Amino acid sequence: MKVNNEARVEFPGLSANEGFARSIAACFAAQLDPTLEELGDLKTAVSEAVTNCIVHAYPNEAGRVSLRLRILEGDVLEVRIRDWGTGILDVERAREPLFTTGGEERSGMGFSIMECFMDSLRVRSAPGKGTVVTMRKRISGKAGR
Amino acid sequence: MNITGSCVNGILTLRFAGELDHHFAREALAALTERIDAFLPRVCVLDLRELTFMDSSGIALILRAEREMRTLRGKLILENVPEQPLRVLRAAGLQQMAEIRQ
Repeated sequence: MKVNNEARVEFPGLSANEGFARSIAACFAAQLDPTLEELGDLKTAVSEAVTNCIVHAYPNEAGRVSLRLRILEGDVLEVRIRDWGTGILDVERAREPLFTTGGEERSGMGFSIMECFMDSLRVRSAPGKGTVVTMRKRISGKAGR
Repeated sequence: MNITGSCVNGILTLRFAGELDHHFAREALAALTERIDAFLPRVCVLDLRELTFMDSSGIALILRAEREMRTLRGKLILENVPEQPLRVLRAAGLQQMAEIRQ
C-alpha cells in the first residue's frame, strides 16, 4: 500500500503522555480534514492503546512507547503503537469485552473501543518481547469523500 | 480534569470538566467515592457538560458510581453528555445502566 505521509514519535510510558499521544495523532490526522466524530474516535482509540502500554506492558517502569502514524492511499490513517514490555499471554482473551488484569480504575473495554472506533485492529504480541497494535481508519472528512 | 460538586436535598451533583483518561482516573474515582461517602445521596448526577474527552477510564468510573448508588438504593443520572463521551458510553452499552438526560 502506498504511504503518502508518515510521522514517528517515541516517549516514556508515563500516564501524562496519554494526552500527548492522542493530541499528536489528532494533529497528524488534521491534513485529512476529519470530522469531529472521526477525530474523537481516533483520539479515543489512541488513548486506549497507549494506556494499555502504560498499565500492562510496563507495570513497574516507564518503558519506551513508539507511535507511528501513516497516511495510506485512499485517505486511510494508520496508527501503530508499539512497546517492548511484558507482552500479552493470550491476545484473544485480552480482546474480550470486560476482561482486564488492571485495577479498579480499568474497565476491560479498551480493545473493544479500539475495534468499535477504528475500521481494523491487529494485535501482535509475544510474552517478554512486547506488543504491536496496528489500527486503520478511512477518513471520509468534512467534505464526505 | 476538574471535579466540583454540591449536594442539595439528597441530590449530589458532580460536574466534570476537562479530559478524563487513565492519567486522572484514580483522582476522579477518589473524588467520586469520597463525595458519595460524605453525603450518602438518594440521587447522584454526573454533569458532563464540560468534559472535553473521555476514554474507557470514564466507563470504569461510571460503573463504580452505579455500584455505589445501588448499595444506597439510589439512582445515577448522567447529564449533558457531549458527543465524544456519549459515543464511548454507547460502545460500552452503558446507556442502559444509567439514565442519560441531555
